Amino acid sequence: MKARAEALPTQEMLINMGPQHPSTHGVLRVILRTDGEVVVNAKPDVGYLHRALEKIGERVTYAQFMPFTDRLDYLASMNCNAAWAWTVEKLAGIEVPERAEYIRVIVCELNRISSHLIAFGSFTADMGAFTPFLYAIRERERINDLFEEICGNRLTYNYVRIGGVSADLPDGFLEKTREFLDYFEPKIPEYNDLISYNKIFVHRLADVAVISGEQAVAYGLTGPNLRGSGIPFDLRKNEPYSVYPKLDFDVCVGTGERGTVGDCFDRYMVRINEMRESARILRQAIDQIPDGPVMAKVPRVFKPPVGEIYFRAENPRGETGIYLISDGTVNPSRLKIRAPSFVTMNIFEEITKGLMVADVVAVIGSFDIILPEIDR
Amino acid sequence: MESKAIFEAVKARFGDAAIELQEEGFHPPFLVVSSASVREIAFFLRDDPGMRFDSLMCLSGVDYKDRFAVAYHLHSLEVGHKIGVKAYLPRETPALPSVDPVWPAANFQEREAFDLYGIVFEGSRDLRRILLPEDWEGHPLRKDYKYPDFYHGIKV
Repeated sequence: MKARAEALPTQEMLINMGPQHPSTHGVLRVILRTDGEVVVNAKPDVGYLHRALEKIGERVTYAQFMPFTDRLDYLASMNCNAAWAWTVEKLAGIEVPERAEYIRVIVCELNRISSHLIAFGSFTADMGAFTPFLYAIRERERINDLFEEICGNRLTYNYVRIGGVSADLPDGFLEKTREFLDYFEPKIPEYNDLISYNKIFVHRLADVAVISGEQAVAYGLTGPNLRGSGIPFDLRKNEPYSVYPKLDFDVCVGTGERGTVGDCFDRYMVRINEMRESARILRQAIDQIPDGPVMAKVPRVFKPPVGEIYFRAENPRGETGIYLISDGTVNPSRLKIRAPSFVTMNIFEEITKGLMVADVVAVIGSFDIILPEIDR
Repeated sequence: MESKAIFEAVKARFGDAAIELQEEGFHPPFLVVSSASVREIAFFLRDDPGMRFDSLMCLSGVDYKDRFAVAYHLHSLEVGHKIGVKAYLPRETPALPSVDPVWPAANFQEREAFDLYGIVFEGSRDLRRILLPEDWEGHPLRKDYKYPDFYHGIKV
């Protein structure tokens, strides 16, 4: 055998994956060093979409920054809108009418479903199954229609305001949302029949890129990626904000049902299960929503008191934290956005060592990263 | 644990390296510490049985006009308490030890602070620009940053 190895010497190869690549979910570039099919090292290179949002934030007023938050995580703009509003309100001590908080929770959870649908659809497409993506887009379309009724937009909503929301729900919206849930909830078992427990799909994901709970915490993973490693931590439950304490739902965690706790399959399954929990939250919120105003009195020239705050909200991709420093003027003095995908990419190099090249695609899909949020 | 108690514990252990506790108007409150001992204090906050700050939520560079700062937001999943840690740095030579060995989550955020503020994290495993191109000049989030007119012949 030795002679054979000498006759066929191997050498490492450097491959450039991206920035334009269908499985990198945007303009992500990965510099792969491979030994045959095995990854020796995979360095992510980010920043292609850097738009200096934090610098812009220092030049606009608090209210003017709202449309920029749409461009953070464009698959979950409502959640980013709301995170910004909650941060500023907490700093300035603004009381938001209860109806507005319920509306925010309804749009956030609808957006969570639509974001997880894209995560599910694009992940399965990465794994070679194209059909589920069409199913996911079909359902997401109905959520887009609902959002279009609310605010006229289908992608970047700019709906939430500091102090409430821009307009009350249109007539019949709650009924339509309920109809959507009646339609959507039976679809989740259908997805599981279609692809989740498909043998080839499971083989691609089970036991691949296992992240232990300890490692996940140390590397700052949040959201479904953290819960996929078996840590039952959800900000909506553990650090409740808005009206989440009044709503009953379970925190979904990875159980290692097809492999080891913390593998790609667990991260995938957490999202599937979370869609069901979001539907549960939505039904309760629709039943409980009170009448009343949807906007608090916020002065037109809005100057929050001097202070510093760090607020974090549970977004579909994890914890979106905003560190805001106010110097008492109309502009923020410093605005740092802790984007969940950005911190998640930190573990990428560590976790892809020794995987096959095809598994790198599985890891990117299982993290459900989004590039505008990484690059800001 | 209350922030006062955390501050007292750090002060008892590290003496003058724990400078003050910023409470009024700060959510969560900040322990202000000397920049040179950031890493030792970080290890203490992570490993001490009463503290157990196992999660670095956020690491940010800040420009306070007269000086820079690095702000760390910590959370303990085990105990469930939160605290901020802040280290002020002189404008001329902003450098402090990296906390990457303590919380690996720090790496990308330290690179970001290096990229946008020019703060040097000593002992970082890979301190390079992350969001801007490698040949970009200056650090744009500094308050005294001058916008360039051209980048590689392209009007900015």
